[in-house]
Amino acid sequence: MLSKRIIPCLDVRDGKTTKGVKFKENVDIGDPVEMARFYYEEGADEIVFYDITASSERRDIMIDVVRRVAEEIFIPFSVGGGIRTIEDMRAVLLAGAEKVSVNTAAVKDPEIISAGAGAFGSQCIVLGMDVKKVEPSEKTPSGYEIVIHGGRTYTGIDALAWAKKAEDLGAGEICLNSIDTDGTKQGYEIALTSLISENVNIPVIASGGAGNINHMHDVLKYAKADAALIASIVHYGTYTIKQIKNELHSCGIKVRNTW
Amino acid sequence: MRLLRSRLPLWGVGDGGKYLIAIIDYKAGNLKSVECALKKLGFPCCITHNSGEILCSERIIFPGVGAAGQAIADLRHLGLDEVLRQVLETGKPILGICLGAQIILDKSEENSAQCLGLISGDVKLFPSPLFSEENERLKIPHMGWNSVHLIKMHPVLEGIKSTDEFYFVHSYYPVPASDKYVIGTTDYGIEFASIIGHKNLIAMQFHPEKSGTPGLKILKNFCTWNGHYAE
Repeated sequence: MLSKRIIPCLDVRDGKTTKGVKFKENVDIGDPVEMARFYYEEGADEIVFYDITASSERRDIMIDVVRRVAEEIFIPFSVGGGIRTIEDMRAVLLAGAEKVSVNTAAVKDPEIISAGAGAFGSQCIVLGMDVKKVEPSEKTPSGYEIVIHGGRTYTGIDALAWAKKAEDLGAGEICLNSIDTDGTKQGYEIALTSLISENVNIPVIASGGAGNINHMHDVLKYAKADAALIASIVHYGTYTIKQIKNELHSCGIKVRNTW
Repeated sequence: MRLLRSRLPLWGVGDGGKYLIAIIDYKAGNLKSVECALKKLGFPCCITHNSGEILCSERIIFPGVGAAGQAIADLRHLGLDEVLRQVLETGKPILGICLGAQIILDKSEENSAQCLGLISGDVKLFPSPLFSEENERLKIPHMGWNSVHLIKMHPVLEGIKSTDEFYFVHSYYPVPASDKYVIGTTDYGIEFASIIGHKNLIAMQFHPEKSGTPGLKILKNFCTWNGHYAE
């Protein structure tokens, strides 16, 4: 039987890992290659990197990080942030990443999903969705709206409709981030995760709000997420990945046995 | 590595023979991660579509991610379908990974592709909807970590435990024509053949190069396997 995946997420700015709250107030917390290797050895099932480098001239730094990560860790990893073209995707995949994730670029031009899936296969195209809770309206009947530019711009796009459309276009997976819970450590957005996960047929990674192991248990069990993204709780040493997996295992969640 | 270098290669060393392991490049998928894993293990390898280099190497890795139709078209275009057949005849160890474990069969439901027929059988799409034993709906692709139930012992699987898990990502799965080709199976709503083999060819649906310690163990075993396997 398939295991639920535990995925540490590293936000990388100018080659350094950073962490912010609700996409703001970022502070540097370490070297992404060393952190990735540490999590790999601890039993992480996959690693997600977001390149939040502001200037496009410094993108090569990320490609170099990807190359070094590929030499050190032997689990899948994905790279998102600033992926706008098929050529951006190719550069990241050739450097050794398994998957690329597109977010703002896909909202602006959904065809990038089908073009990427056509060129490299659906399995490596992840749709990153940043979502905020809104009043249900004609445009956003699910009560969840897609936001872009790191949470600053409302798009008027309904989150559930967008998830289904991305699946039809060939996305192989969805990384679903709730901006309302991101960095708060108050728990994942269960209703949102459950809504998306139960209405698409591709895997959904829940993101935003993990503060303790109960939060992870709930999103994996009740919201039917296929994987849980974590950041603060492992970056600051609240838990180790081993502890998380041991506890999830003892509450009956199937996780990969690395002990 | 020392072991491999200190003895004579099993096959002639031509110009391309400085690399003992050829990773076949037919534009499909992430070859870099296979190369990184072999480098980490200390086995020199090259990524190549040059038939001379492939025929001179001591062992072959046949990876692949993507769609069967395109992969077969690219292989034929490069003349590598024939090269693979020749390599199989020589008895050199061949390892198929993911799509490389599918297109060695006769035909695939993906793009209705006629495949290589190195092992007799088909490739099928997971049925939909698919449910687990607990009646949970299962998603397609089958993406993530799953275990392998070993039906037969094989030198490449030496030291692999039933609790080890491997990274899968696929929507189609191999259905060999005879159980004699099935070495390991995996449960994802249905029980499918996740490791198949015949003579000097072994192929796995999961990615050993992305499956942590047990995956690296399989690659290491493959890199020292002499190609003999009693079916």
